[in-house]
Amino acid sequence: MPDAFPDFTPVNLLTGFLGSGKTTLLRRLLHDPALSDTAVLINEFGEVGLDHHLLERIDDTMVLLQSGCVCCTIRGELAQAMRDLQSKRERGIVPPFRRLIMESTGLADPFPVLSTLKSDPVLRHHFKAANVITTLDAVNGLVQLETHGESVRQAAIADVIVLTKTDLADEPAIARLIERMRRINPDAPFVDAQGDHFDVDHLLSGASVSGEGAPSKGGFYCEEPVCAIGEAGSAHQKPVHSFVMTIDARIDWTAFGLWLTMLLNRHGDKVLRVKGILNIEGEDNPVAIHGVQHLVHTPVHMTGWPSDDRRSRIVFIVEGLDADLIRRSFSAFNRLGLPQPAVKITETA
Amino acid sequence: MMLAGLARRRFVRYEVVVMCSLCGILGSNEHWADAVARPGVFTRNTERVDRRRERANRVRIAGRILTEFGMTLSDWQGSSFLLSTRTGKTEMVEDLGHLWPLAEKISGRVCDPLSHSLIEKLEGGGDA
Repeated sequence: MPDAFPDFTPVNLLTGFLGSGKTTLLRRLLHDPALSDTAVLINEFGEVGLDHHLLERIDDTMVLLQSGCVCCTIRGELAQAMRDLQSKRERGIVPPFRRLIMESTGLADPFPVLSTLKSDPVLRHHFKAANVITTLDAVNGLVQLETHGESVRQAAIADVIVLTKTDLADEPAIARLIERMRRINPDAPFVDAQGDHFDVDHLLSGASVSGEGAPSKGGFYCEEPVCAIGEAGSAHQKPVHSFVMTIDARIDWTAFGLWLTMLLNRHGDKVLRVKGILNIEGEDNPVAIHGVQHLVHTPVHMTGWPSDDRRSRIVFIVEGLDADLIRRSFSAFNRLGLPQPAVKITETA
Repeated sequence: MMLAGLARRRFVRYEVVVMCSLCGILGSNEHWADAVARPGVFTRNTERVDRRRERANRVRIAGRILTEFGMTLSDWQGSSFLLSTRTGKTEMVEDLGHLWPLAEKISGRVCDPLSHSLIEKLEGGGDA
């Protein structure tokens, strides 16, 4: 008999700054038939307004909607809410959901949520991180990115960005916001919440934090050189930079592991994101890696190269770290593992 | 029938959490550089020979880096590593996730891969 639910249930994280339209998006998702096999963890029932869609109240924190979606509020610890949900699923008290969507609070740094999934002794055997969806307000998003570090972090960590309130903003303002976002997070696709082609399934199953899913069109993750951002931000904000390292030589996996773990141990809180496709010495197919601050997801062995270009590419989004120094450091470490004298890195910052 | 299925599932799901009979340590979180072999995942843990070669390489390359901080790394029974200072302080290291915090703790030094002096020494090439 096939399992009623997958061994590792994918968890989509929905984040976005205060007032950026998370709740509106959630309300829309909850009514969508595509979420019939989904559980949703939200901050407050009251905000979403579920009364007209209730099928059954399971307990104080959990309800079943007419669409088949299980909806729960988080009271206290997130890990406890997830364990409770998992326990009810195993005992058959709630339907065997196959996906979990989690709403983070508007001011939260998303990293601790992802960290909980990896480190909790129970949850890590049942759940895995899927993609991070960040809502971005087309009207106020630019100001929020300039003035709130949390907003930049939420944007940097996103796998998909949902532009909200586009019906209230003019086109030049939207173009400026997209241009700014491209410099923070060069490869995350944009989805217009008001658009005709808004597809819930596509939104939830896109490229993920664990490196699974489709690479960006025409190549992998980041096509264009990306320059710094943040100098124009408020005085207390450190500049957030993104840059791409393109590496001609093959990468020694052992040296790479030592280098990245050492870098993240010392500077993990400033490495908002590291994401790459690696040409590993001794391997025919590329390996995708993906990390968020101190957390690195399990490396994915890709089935093939997205193009004829066999060079490794690593995208970094960092806060206040020197890109040149990261490049030099990587080169010096990789040299320890490889027979050739030096690693040539053509790079852009 | 259903109960048997449930029991099997529970066993499978929790089999990763095992206790080492030698040291009594609960099996902990999987580190990305030591991923358990499964479909779609890149790891050097698939074949015994790959695992051994990877551990030997790790000892060699980590040793080259740790030398700059006055430490050494050696293999311990093919399952863990021993990290030691020149004064004899020694800690057992389970994986790369624990290596650098422990190295900083027992050496009392900051192990920063972006340190100019470290990069210059490594760029100097060769073994220490």
